[in-house]
Order: sequence, then structure tokens, then C-alpha cells
Amino acid sequence: MKKKEVLVLEDLLGSNKKIAAGIRRELTSKGILTINLLSSPGAGKTSLLEVISENLSPEFKMAVIEGDIETERDAERIRAKGIPAWQIVTGGACHLEAKMVGKLFPEIPPDLDFLFIENVGNLVCPAGYDLGERLRCVLLSTPEGDDKPKKYPKAFATSHCMIISKADLAPHLPFDAERAKREALEINPGLEVFVLSSLDGTGVEAFTAHLKKALHELRRNNA
Amino acid sequence: MHELSVVAGLFDILEEKLKEQKGSRVFYVKLKVGLFSGVVPELLRTAFDMYKKDTFAEDAELDIEEVPYKVRCQNCGTQMIKDDFVLVCDNCGSTDLITLDGTEMFLERMEIEVPDQSS
Repeated sequence: MKKKEVLVLEDLLGSNKKIAAGIRRELTSKGILTINLLSSPGAGKTSLLEVISENLSPEFKMAVIEGDIETERDAERIRAKGIPAWQIVTGGACHLEAKMVGKLFPEIPPDLDFLFIENVGNLVCPAGYDLGERLRCVLLSTPEGDDKPKKYPKAFATSHCMIISKADLAPHLPFDAERAKREALEINPGLEVFVLSSLDGTGVEAFTAHLKKALHELRRNNA
Repeated sequence: MHELSVVAGLFDILEEKLKEQKGSRVFYVKLKVGLFSGVVPELLRTAFDMYKKDTFAEDAELDIEEVPYKVRCQNCGTQMIKDDFVLVCDNCGSTDLITLDGTEMFLERMEIEVPDQSS
């Protein structure tokens, strides 16, 4: 036996990236806009999806893939709104990977307008995994504090939109929305920022208008 | 902590390459890890040591080269390292910066044991 050096130069996330690219290609060709929602636990991802579903229906068809470490609860909340939802229970894993989304592919109705993927609540690990989404949106809720973009730069650097959620609580909190916005834009100058409250409806219309515009662009490029 | 999933992916690549080369063991693994890749090199080491037990890489040494986050200003052409990931040019203040290095995470090379007759 002898020793041999082998030059490899292979991306450690290469297999995830390849699967994600396939998902993106397929969903894009079907004219479906896919949105990956990232945030820490409890920032209001599921509540946002609930109000979005009211805003988009019946004109648009949406479905949701829920990622959680345990329980089917989030998918049940979405189904209660009459929206198709699948729960991925990761059983401990802190993020979703493209292959988990890929497994659900045969079940996804081809006539959808929007497919939302609610990632596992975590501002760190999900940022590293492309799920084949067209848009990545990171939520920052006002009780978490305005310093999060600087503390968790990767989640904000890889997103297209930042949603400052629970805006209705802002008057009771030392949350400086301008600072959160400024510091997020320093990390990612192209970020679209929305200030929103799922509870009183502030900003929901502006966000769904953005989604509709993105859907329109996707389909125009397809045509 | 998703370093363990990253290491699981690494072992898939190692195994595949080892088979291709008809090798039996891995001695040495060299990674390049960007400081804005989202993983912590130290935790990657811990995960590697956990994962390698009872595998073809049981005695393998892991070498990680850390790559700083490097950008270039599209306005004035200055290249700079950004430890704070703030995308504002040190020279001209432009925010039109492109990433050159530091988000990657890849297996550069490995040393393996192969049969004597193998080329």
C-alpha cells in the first residue's frame, strides 16, 4: 500500500446546491414563486403566512411547506385556513435542506402561484442552505432587538427582503427600526425592507404587492 | 450548529473519491473555509472528530485553511477584507461591492492509501 494525494476542489454544500438548482428550475418553469422564510423562533412566520393567505385568496393559490424540529402544529394552523400544507419534522436538525423539500415535490400542485417554505426557527444555520427558492425573506420581530442584523449577518446578507414584524409592539419597546434597517442595508444594500404587523394588518398589503410583482416578473421571464 | 450536516456531506465526497481511486483509508483532509461561510472552523473540527470514528477516515488529520471575507469595490476598484461584513467601501464609501472570497467551503485535497499497483 502507498500514499496518494488527490486534488478534489469540491464544494461541501455542492450536493445541496445541485438539488436546490433543480428545484428552482422546475418551480420557475411551472410559474410558481417560491419564498423561503427565515427567522428566529417566535418572530411570527406562521402568523404572517396566516394573514398573507387571507390577503391572497381567492385570487391566488398558495401552499406552505413547514419546517420544525418537532410537531405538526404549524401545518395544522395553515390547513385551518384552507391552505395545503406539508410539515417537515426534522427531528432535531436546525435547518431545512433542499433534499427534504425535493421529497415533497410529487405532492406539490402544479397550478400554484406561491409556494412558501417556512424554515426552522433559527437565524444561523438555515442561511447556509439554498432550498431552491426564488425569494428569501428574513423576519426580525421588534421584541428581538434592533441589533440582530449585525449579530446574524449571514441571514440578512443572503436574503432579498427583510420584514420587521410585530410592528404593533414597537411603541412599547426600545426597538429602533431605523437602526435595524440601516445596519441590515450595510450588510446587504439590495435588501427590500417591510415593516409589518400580522396582528393589526400594517404593511401586509405592501408585502403581498411585492410578492405579486415578483410573481409577475417570473412569469414574464418565462413567456 | 449545522457543522455536523456539513461534515456528513464531506464524508459523502470523501467516500466517493476514495472509491474512485480504489483507496482504503484517508490520512489527511484539507478544507478551505470562508469566514463568511456560516460555519465555525473549530466546530467543524469537533464534528469531524465525532464523525470519523469507525470509518475509513478514523486516523485522518483535518487541516482547515480559513479564508477571510474579501470584496472588491465596483466603483473605485479597491480590494479589501471585511471582518465585520459591512459592505461599504473603505476608500470611496460606495456600497457597490462584490464578494471575491470568504463565502466558500470546499474540500481542496485529501491523502489516501491506495494499492501499490495503482497509478
